[in-house]
Amino acid sequence: MNTHTPALTVEGVSKTFDVSAPWLNRVLERRPKLFVKAVADVSFTVEKGTCCSIVGESGCGKSTVARLVTGLYRTTSGNISFGTGAEGRPIRVQMIFQDPHSSVNPRWRVGDIIAEPIREMKLRDTEAETLARVRELLETVGLGADDAQKYPHEFSGGQRQRISIARALASEPELLVCDEPTSALDVSVQAQILNLMRRLQDELGLTYLFISHDLSVVRHMSDQIAVMYLGRIVEQAPVEQLFTDPQHPYSQLLLKTIPDVKNPKRRVEAQAGEPPSPLNPPSGCAFHPRCPIAMEKCKAIMPELLQADGQARVACHAVAQKE
Amino acid sequence: MTDQSDPKTPSRTELFFDSDLWWSFKSHKSAVGAAIVLGFVIVAAFLAPVLSPQDPYDLAALELWNAELPPIWMEGGQMPYLLGTDVQGRDILSGILYGTRISIIIGIASVAVSLVVGIGLGLMAGYYGGWIDNVLMRIGDVLLSIPIVLVAILVSSVAQQFLSPAWREAGVAAVLVLAIAMYSWVQYARVVRAQTMVERRKEYVQASRLVGTPARRLMLKHILPNTLTPIFVAATLNFGLAILIEATLSFLGVGMPPNQPSLGTLIRVGNQYLFSGSWWIVLFPSIQLCILVVAVNMLGDWLRDALNPKLR
Repeated sequence: MNTHTPALTVEGVSKTFDVSAPWLNRVLERRPKLFVKAVADVSFTVEKGTCCSIVGESGCGKSTVARLVTGLYRTTSGNISFGTGAEGRPIRVQMIFQDPHSSVNPRWRVGDIIAEPIREMKLRDTEAETLARVRELLETVGLGADDAQKYPHEFSGGQRQRISIARALASEPELLVCDEPTSALDVSVQAQILNLMRRLQDELGLTYLFISHDLSVVRHMSDQIAVMYLGRIVEQAPVEQLFTDPQHPYSQLLLKTIPDVKNPKRRVEAQAGEPPSPLNPPSGCAFHPRCPIAMEKCKAIMPELLQADGQARVACHAVAQKE
Repeated sequence: MTDQSDPKTPSRTELFFDSDLWWSFKSHKSAVGAAIVLGFVIVAAFLAPVLSPQDPYDLAALELWNAELPPIWMEGGQMPYLLGTDVQGRDILSGILYGTRISIIIGIASVAVSLVVGIGLGLMAGYYGGWIDNVLMRIGDVLLSIPIVLVAILVSSVAQQFLSPAWREAGVAAVLVLAIAMYSWVQYARVVRAQTMVERRKEYVQASRLVGTPARRLMLKHILPNTLTPIFVAATLNFGLAILIEATLSFLGVGMPPNQPSLGTLIRVGNQYLFSGSWWIVLFPSIQLCILVVAVNMLGDWLRDALNPKLR
């Protein structure tokens, strides 16, 4: 399904959080207001029926992008627009969350949890139709129709994630934003959930925006990958190109961290340090303190995201010079 | 929410008797004892018109020659005055039963009023944060910094100014309830606020926001049920405290009047005759107050431990 109609277009989106101390402390201790730029000037599009993944270390702003797309956060600047979905209305977005233990209300029965979107959005006319839809959804995600009467604590993490998926599907979305949906699960359960998500994509024609820090999961799921570092996209490429020929030194670093089955004892070159604090980002290219090929220019000037080999877009002075 | 009657689904009562809470209750002797004593006291208080030998509100039934009779087991004691009589010939036992009823009603009413106010304002402060939070919590701080007796005197004297004399008598109980509630809603509000601030960031609340659930429903149907456990404990302990505050206020003379005595009023009136040798007038209402408050507090202590996940 490659119709080249965008389901989601994100243009120059930034998000700044106010993390200042309370007013009285600021006045007494003469501290200025503090802002964190969690997401800076991020642009990408996701085509209908495809899966676009955003990867990066924790704190790089990938979850913030997910929350901006779903509307849980308001953008500081920039624009997020959706394609047209069924019946000519804008595409509906839903979200699957990371933690299966806090993403369902422990005091509600599973049936009520899944029926909530249907009831809130008045998608069915009668209670009987709503309950029938809940049973159908439970079976779609591989649970039993009888599970509607149970409480969330009677389910395992993987099963709860299925409940979460069923709830997201209840509002009949075309775009699902998945914020690390498998990172809290066991590896064997991860595979089940990922396979379920792929099956749902085929059956329902869903579009995914997939947030993860796990590259092997991402490779299984996605068509496009965007690598984020400290609030910015540093490289965006089709999945196979990124895995075979990563351009940005940070993408190369990330790929090296994947364990290798054929060569488990290979030497991994130690990379200096941890990601810098987004409160006080480095000048120029944010990656230059850790970059093995950093130049003087990198410390001063922020590289732009430019077209590189193939369909990739890369933000790196070294890569731009090579061209 | 729907409750389908499915044979496999246990009903709420079955769930209750199968729960950890019930099991913990059964295995705590002090909690069971306190519950039995409390149940006995409450039932006796609400059956006061049936049980008591005399209507203490009916001034015509009082016989002055029966004044200051000692309890039945002492020399000079008379039936039906089991615990003796006061200086007006009023039966102490009847006074205690009716007085306990008033104390319990005022306790429950003030807990109910402060629960409604405290939960409502606490949810708003925790959910919206920012200046709403600041204003509500500072009002609470200010109220807590004024001694409750002064608040009660203030409220009752203001009420006396605006209530007609006919309403004053009936209004005393309402004024007491308001004065106690004004003091104790802050605690509920603080507990609910703290819990709301935790819950509102959880992902199930965000998932519900995504489907367009309005804030009021988010607070009442999602967040509130998850804040109720600590509130339940606070309400039980505060019920005992409310009875004590009411007794204190009545003892000081700003509470229930002597013609509608609560336990505190009985103790105040009896206190004046302590040195004339009629100790039973003050002792028996005091014992009843102690039993009531200790039973409530023991239940509250057990509940606090039973619902504390760290102590399980």
